[in-house]
Amino acid sequence: MQFAPRDDQAFHGQFTFKNSAHAIKRFPFPFPEDEYRYSVNIEPHALPGKSGSITEHMLDIDEHYLSETAERARVLDSDPKRCLVMPHMQPAAWDFLEFVMTYYARDYPESFSFERQGDDCHWRNHLLGLEQSFRMGDDTTLPMAPLDYIGRQVQGDIALLDQRDGDLFMDAGMITCPADWSLAFDAGMSFSQWHGPVPLAHEMGIFERALKYLCAIQVGGPVHRLNWTMTIHPRMDSSPETFSEWGSDRATITPDNAGRDVHLRVELQTLVRMPRSHALFFGIRTYLINLDDLCTNPVWQSRLLKVLHTLPPELIEYKGLTRYLPSVLEWLERREAGVGASQAEKQSA
Amino acid sequence: MSRFMKARIAAVGQISTTVRRLTLVPAESGQSFTPFSPGSHIVLGIPGEGRTCRNAYSLISAPDDSSQYCIAVRRQPLSRGGSEAIHSRIKVGDVLEMSAPANLFLPQWQARHHLMLAGGIGITPFLSYLPELERRGASWELHLRSQDLDAVRFPEAAAHVASGGITQYRLERPNLAALLSRQPAGTHVYICGPQGMIDAVHAAAAALHWSSARVHHEVFAAPAPGMPFTAVARNSGVEVAVEADESLLEALERSGVETTSLCRGGVCGQCRVELLDGEAEHRDAFLNDQERASQRCIMPCVSRARSASLVLDL
Repeated sequence: MQFAPRDDQAFHGQFTFKNSAHAIKRFPFPFPEDEYRYSVNIEPHALPGKSGSITEHMLDIDEHYLSETAERARVLDSDPKRCLVMPHMQPAAWDFLEFVMTYYARDYPESFSFERQGDDCHWRNHLLGLEQSFRMGDDTTLPMAPLDYIGRQVQGDIALLDQRDGDLFMDAGMITCPADWSLAFDAGMSFSQWHGPVPLAHEMGIFERALKYLCAIQVGGPVHRLNWTMTIHPRMDSSPETFSEWGSDRATITPDNAGRDVHLRVELQTLVRMPRSHALFFGIRTYLINLDDLCTNPVWQSRLLKVLHTLPPELIEYKGLTRYLPSVLEWLERREAGVGASQAEKQSA
Repeated sequence: MSRFMKARIAAVGQISTTVRRLTLVPAESGQSFTPFSPGSHIVLGIPGEGRTCRNAYSLISAPDDSSQYCIAVRRQPLSRGGSEAIHSRIKVGDVLEMSAPANLFLPQWQARHHLMLAGGIGITPFLSYLPELERRGASWELHLRSQDLDAVRFPEAAAHVASGGITQYRLERPNLAALLSRQPAGTHVYICGPQGMIDAVHAAAAALHWSSARVHHEVFAAPAPGMPFTAVARNSGVEVAVEADESLLEALERSGVETTSLCRGGVCGQCRVELLDGEAEHRDAFLNDQERASQRCIMPCVSRARSASLVLDL
């Protein structure tokens, strides 16, 4: 695994974020077929996954680790409310800290180490240059609250869901790179409440089925799914709180700049039962790729075009694509025609 | 059942003439179990004559102790083999299959007061509640009704009997109406015991206009085995015997029949297959009532057969 230098890539301002050829190759392209279909695409997070893939380990880390943790720190400094833990979720926060330290140290031993004797623990994060002795479960032995401490060292957003009355509640989390939703707004909401704005799926009974399945997840049986949307520029923090900074970007897209500026945004969502608190960890690992890079893979290019052509209007609106989707389609069609021509040239040559 | 691990019996103790206490440790030295949440249970595989009996048992030890798990097993008069084997054959040093802890009986942490009602061996899930309730400084009381089981004989409970946190009943029954009516608002009640007791508490709570969301009883996620049956994959020309404790999907995979699947929990719809003959016992959350009634499709990841065989379009 190669890591970019910490301040090399920015997810704001000049947007210096860039994917290496390796990152493009392992990008989680989310469409299994040419037509867009709504489905409960949840499957067991069977470990170890395919070597080198984003699901090889319990928690995926890639070349953007340093840049993303720096971005997270920047967002938290400007808006501390992005991290929230209701009092009854304190044990879940500790559960999560132990979970991250255990899996990071196990799966990336060159970058992290975690030693413990009973509750006396020692943690090293070589990538961020952090070292900490603490007592598991004792808030006073960490420089900040447990979720705040470990969340800043995690690549990807974190929600900790409390389970009660056969439902899940958004009662804790650290959300700094959301695709247009807000932890402060959703805090305390039930599963069906925070999915309220999603069109079509309620009528199809998808949430009802998914909730039943998620509530039955037990220790040792994690699951994952992919979710997607699009974002203008490689902007991790597209939250409602900062809408004024990014909302107008949607108006800047033309068939000429779509390849550079429009990014497919794919979330690897992982659901893991925390052993002590029984909270459900909902991890959202976000991968960004611009269409230029995505379409270096001709299979992905033609499938994306077909999928976008079959998106229901309600979903185009919900995903915020209405304004610039025609430009994206035109860009893809032009490119598809160009690739087709060059392939024909090759064949005739 | 997936996610089985090996556990070794480290100690056997007698709580009463009919209840044994087992201490389980990881079969391999240097390993540790996962910590668990209060109210969790494990499924233990107990080898018997010709088959393994899989029973669910509440963990009674402290949830944060990952060095060992303890369970208490009552000798059932009409044992399917499991409890009888534990009382007569299982000994220190034996290695058994054990599932990871699962929990369908969590404390409701927002409760202002926790009222636990146990009938006999039903005290077991509450024994793992107590250390966590104490740790969080929660308000609680536990009532145990049993003719022959003395809570003080559980090391996990002894101190609480002495301090009055646990009230015991021998021949008499607790007066449920009186008990519930003196509870502060915001009390949650938890019941583990015989069905009659569960029903009586629900009825008493309803009579006092308690919301049903404040009344909880133990449900085990025992692996839901069923009757063995035969599956015929007509197009593949394969006939496979589906054992009582494996899924139809697993049996098909075992015999090399190509299937698609995703969630393996009856929600995603990927493994849906046409049913050509036979009667399905639907256990999924995907098919609607009409599809179920039509008996023309089945979700093999969770559903089984009511008939001796199922013929599938595979």
